[in-house]
Amino acid sequence: MRGATPGQLAVGLLIAAFLLAFLAVPIATVIYVAFTEPGGGFTLSHFESFFHLALMRESFWNSLYVAAASVVFATLIAVPLAYFTVRFRFRGALIIQTLGVLPLIMPPFVGAVAMQLIFGRSGSVNLLLGDWFGISLPIMQGLNGVIFVEALHYFPFILMNLVVAMGNIDASMEESAQNLGASGWRLFRRIVFPLAMPGYVAGASLVFVKVFDDLGTPLVLNVTNMLAPQAYLRITSMGIEDPIGYVISVLMIGFSLFALWASALALRGRDYATLQRGGSSLAARALKPWQAALAYGWIGLVLLLVLSPHLGILLLSLGTVWSFSVVPDGFTLQHYATVFQDSPRMIGNTLLYCGLAALIDVVLATAIAYLILRTRLPLRRTLDFTASAALAIPGVVLAIGYLRTFRGVEIPFSGELVTASWLLIVIAYSIRRLPYALRSCMAALQQLHVSLEEAAESLGAGKRRTIRRIVVPLMMGGILAGFVTSFMTAAVELSATIMLTTSQNLAPMSYGIYLYMQSAAGRGPGAALGVLAVAIVALGTYLSHRFMRSRAVDLDRQL
Amino acid sequence: MTLKTFVRWSAAAALAVAFGAAQAQQVLTVVTSFPKDLTEVFKRAFETRNPGVRVEVMNRGTSSGVAYVREAAASNKPDIFWASAPDAFEVLAKENLLQKFDGRNPAVPAKIGAYPINDPEGLYYGQALAGYGLMWNTRYMRANKLPEPREWADLVKPAYHGHVAISSPSRSGTTHLTVETILQGEGWTKGWSQMLQISGNCAAITERSFGVPEGVNNGQYGIGLVIDFFGLSAKASGFPVEFHYPSVTAIVPANIGLVANARNPELGKRFIAFTLSQEGQELLLDPKISRLPVLPAVYAKAPKDFPNPYDGKIKAKVNFDSDVSEARYYLVSAIFDQAITFRHKELAAASKAIHNAAARLAAKPNAQGQKLLAEARELAFSPVVGEDKAKDKAFLALFRDTKRTAEKTKQVTGLEGYWNGVALKNYTRAAELANQAAAMAR
Repeated sequence: MRGATPGQLAVGLLIAAFLLAFLAVPIATVIYVAFTEPGGGFTLSHFESFFHLALMRESFWNSLYVAAASVVFATLIAVPLAYFTVRFRFRGALIIQTLGVLPLIMPPFVGAVAMQLIFGRSGSVNLLLGDWFGISLPIMQGLNGVIFVEALHYFPFILMNLVVAMGNIDASMEESAQNLGASGWRLFRRIVFPLAMPGYVAGASLVFVKVFDDLGTPLVLNVTNMLAPQAYLRITSMGIEDPIGYVISVLMIGFSLFALWASALALRGRDYATLQRGGSSLAARALKPWQAALAYGWIGLVLLLVLSPHLGILLLSLGTVWSFSVVPDGFTLQHYATVFQDSPRMIGNTLLYCGLAALIDVVLATAIAYLILRTRLPLRRTLDFTASAALAIPGVVLAIGYLRTFRGVEIPFSGELVTASWLLIVIAYSIRRLPYALRSCMAALQQLHVSLEEAAESLGAGKRRTIRRIVVPLMMGGILAGFVTSFMTAAVELSATIMLTTSQNLAPMSYGIYLYMQSAAGRGPGAALGVLAVAIVALGTYLSHRFMRSRAVDLDRQL
Repeated sequence: MTLKTFVRWSAAAALAVAFGAAQAQQVLTVVTSFPKDLTEVFKRAFETRNPGVRVEVMNRGTSSGVAYVREAAASNKPDIFWASAPDAFEVLAKENLLQKFDGRNPAVPAKIGAYPINDPEGLYYGQALAGYGLMWNTRYMRANKLPEPREWADLVKPAYHGHVAISSPSRSGTTHLTVETILQGEGWTKGWSQMLQISGNCAAITERSFGVPEGVNNGQYGIGLVIDFFGLSAKASGFPVEFHYPSVTAIVPANIGLVANARNPELGKRFIAFTLSQEGQELLLDPKISRLPVLPAVYAKAPKDFPNPYDGKIKAKVNFDSDVSEARYYLVSAIFDQAITFRHKELAAASKAIHNAAARLAAKPNAQGQKLLAEARELAFSPVVGEDKAKDKAFLALFRDTKRTAEKTKQVTGLEGYWNGVALKNYTRAAELANQAAAMAR
C-alpha cells in the first residue's frame, strides 16, 4: 500500500472540491470583505468603525459575558451531578443519564418561549412568588434569560464529558491521597477534579462555543445586543454590503477557534495519564441518609428545571389562552390541527433537507474516514482538518458567506438563484454537521480490524468490492449513528436556516416555529410545531441508541 | 436494515418530496412583513381561485424586505411587495424598484383624512388601513391597579413606570411610524421629549415589533405601543387585551405594489386586484387578521365593535407626511437606538429617580429642589440632535446613502457613538440631580 490509486485520488479531489466550494471559499470571502475597502485594498477601518459603535462594543462584551456565565452556570449544574453518578452507589444514576439527553432534544429557542411564560416577569413562578412572598425574580430579563436558557440547555455537554473523565480516574490515585490524609472537599478539589480536568475543559469549551454562536435564543428572547443577532440584523436590514456584519463574523470565528484551541491546549499542556491502568475506577460508596437526601434534592431540582421548557411548550401547544396566569385558561387540540392543515410542508421540508444533509454527511464522512485510515493519499490529514474546522464556524457566518459568495449566481439550466434555492440550506446543514458524522465514522472504522479487509482481499475481492461488502456493512453502526446525529441536530438548527430560507414554501420546521411565534394567534401552532420537532428528535435519539446497541450485539455474534 | 435499502428509501423519499415541490407551474413571489396568519389566508384564497398558481411568501421585516428587493438579481426579482410602512414604499419608489400600472379599485376612496390612500403615480396601492395606538392586558392592569391609558401623554405618568413596552424603530417599520407620528404630531423637540419620557417608563424596548404585543398578550408587560391589528387580532384570538386609538394618531394605508422587472407581472397585477376586491378585503376581517379594510362597503360585514376609520370616530389628529418621514428615516432610527434602545437601563434609572424626586417634592416643596429637578428633566428628556440639525439637508444626506465608503461609515458610526456617549452622560447626571433634589425634600 504505497501512494494512492487514481480512484482514491478522484474521491479525495471530489471531497476537497466540495469542502472548498462550500466551506473554505465562503469563509475566506467573509474574512476578505471584512478587511477590504469597497473599492479594493486592505483596510482595518471596518474594525475601527466596529469598535467606534457603542452598540458593537456592548454586543461584544455581552456575548463574552453570556457565554462565560453560561459555562459557569452549566458547571454548577453539571459537576455535582457527575460526581454523584461516579462516586456513589444509588439509584439516581439512571435519572442523571436521562437528564443528560433531555435538554438536548429541544432546541433552546423553542424552550425560550415557554421559559418566558414560566419564569418571566409575569410567568407562573413569579406570579406564585408574588402571591406568596411579594417578590419577583428577574430570571428571564435581558441577558439573564439567555444565560438561564443556554445553561439549562447545554450543561449536558459538561456532564457527559465529566462522567467519562471521572470514570477513567484510577482508584489508586484517590487511595494514595486518602492515605496521605486528604478527604472530603479537599480530596475532590485537589485530586478528583484536576484528574477529570480534560473532560471538563472539553465540555466547557463546547458550551462556550455553542452559546457564543447561538442566534435563535437571543432573538426569541428579544435580546439583540449580542454579536450573533447583530450579524444577522446588520446583513438582513442593512444589506449584504454592510461591512460591520463581516467584522462580526470574523470576530465570531476568532472566538470559536480560540475556545477550541484553548481546550486542545489544556488537554495537551499537562500529562494526565495515570501511570497504572487496569486498576479499578473510583470506588462507589453508599450514601449516608442526609447525603442521599441532598443528592436526590439536587437531582430533583435540576430535573424540574430541565423539564420546565418541555412542560411549558407542551402546555402552550395545548392551551387556549395563557396570559398573566400560572397555567393556561383551558386546553384544546386546535393548534395541532392548524399545523397539520397549514404547514405539513414544513415537516416534509425538514425531513427532506435534514435527510439529504445527513446522507451527504455520512457519505463524505465514510469516504474521508477511509481515506485517512486506510490510504496514503497525500494531504489526507488536511481533508480531516478542513472538515472538522466546520465546528468552529457559526451558522450565521456560514450563511453570510454563502449569501455573499453565491450572490447572483444561477443554478445552471433553471435560472433559479443559488441563494434562493433550498439546496443551499441542505449544503449548509451538511457542512455544519459533517464533523459529528466524521467522528462517529472514524470511530467505527478505527474499531474495524484491517485483517478483515485483508481476508476479503486474499479471497479475491477487489478494493471496491471489499469496501462495499466488508467495510461499509461493518461500519454501519457508526454510519447510522452519524446519520442520526446529523439529522437531529440539523432539524433544530435556526442560525443558518433563518438567513437562508427565502420563502415559506421552502421553510423547514425550525424556521416555521420562529415564523409562527411572530403573531398572537400563531403562538399555539408554533408551540405545537415545536412539540412535533422535539418528538422527531427524541425518536431519532432513541433510534440511534437502538442502532448502536443492536449493531454491537450483531458484531459480537459475528466475531 | 442494510445500507442499500436504507439509501434507497431515503433517496425515494427525497425525490418524492422534491418532485412534489416542482409540480405547480406559475409561481407568484410575495415579499411581505405580514405575519403568517394573514399571508396564509390570502395565499390559500388566491390559489383556489387560480388553479395552477403557487404563491411563494417571503416573510421579511420591512427593512430587510426592502434590502431583499433591492439586492435581488434583475432576472430574479420578486413580484409583489406588501407591507405596512408607507416610507418603505417611498424608498422603493425613489430607487425605481416599483412598477407603475393602473390597478385601482374605484370603490376605494381617494383619501383617508388628508392622506392619499393610493400612490398618486400608481406605483403602489393602499390595501388596508392602520392606526397606531395603545394595547393593554386587562389582567395585568387589574393586578397592578393601573388605570387605562387614553393618550400617549398618559404614559409619561409615574404610575406607569416599568409597565410599558415599545419596539425600536430601527427594527420595526410599524414602530418607526408610531414614533414618526408622535414627532409630527407634537413637533421634533416636544415629540422626542415625550418619546424619551415614555421610554423611560418602559419595562423593555423590544427588538421586534411583535415583541410588544407578544409581551402584552402573555402579561410580561401591561401596556404596549402597537399598530392596531396587533391589538385587535389578539383580542379576537381570545387574549385578555384591549386596544385604544389616542388622539395623536395617524391612519395610514398599508400598501401593496408591483415590483419592477417582476418575473410574473400579469399574475402580480391579478393578485393585487384580488386583494383590493370585495372578496379580498373581506378576508381582512378574519379574527386572526383583524385589519381595517380600505373598501368602505366591507365594514357592513365587520363584527360589532370593529373600528371603522371612515365613520369619523377615530380622531386622527396627525396628517402624516411621508416625505418628511422618508427624509429623516435613518436619522430617527439612529437617534432612537443610540439614546433610547442602547441606553435604556440608564434612561429608566434616570426616569425613576425623577419620578421619585417629583413625588417627594410634591409632599415637601423646596424651591432649590424644584430647580434641580427641572434641570434633571431637561437633561434626561431632550433629544441629542436639535431640530435645526434634523432639517439640515446635508446632515440628512449623510445618513441616507446606502453605499458608504469606509470614510463615511466612520463618520456615521462616529456620530452614533457620540450620541450614545452624550445620552449616557445626560442620564447619569439627571439621575444624580434628581437624587439631590429628592434629598432636599427631607
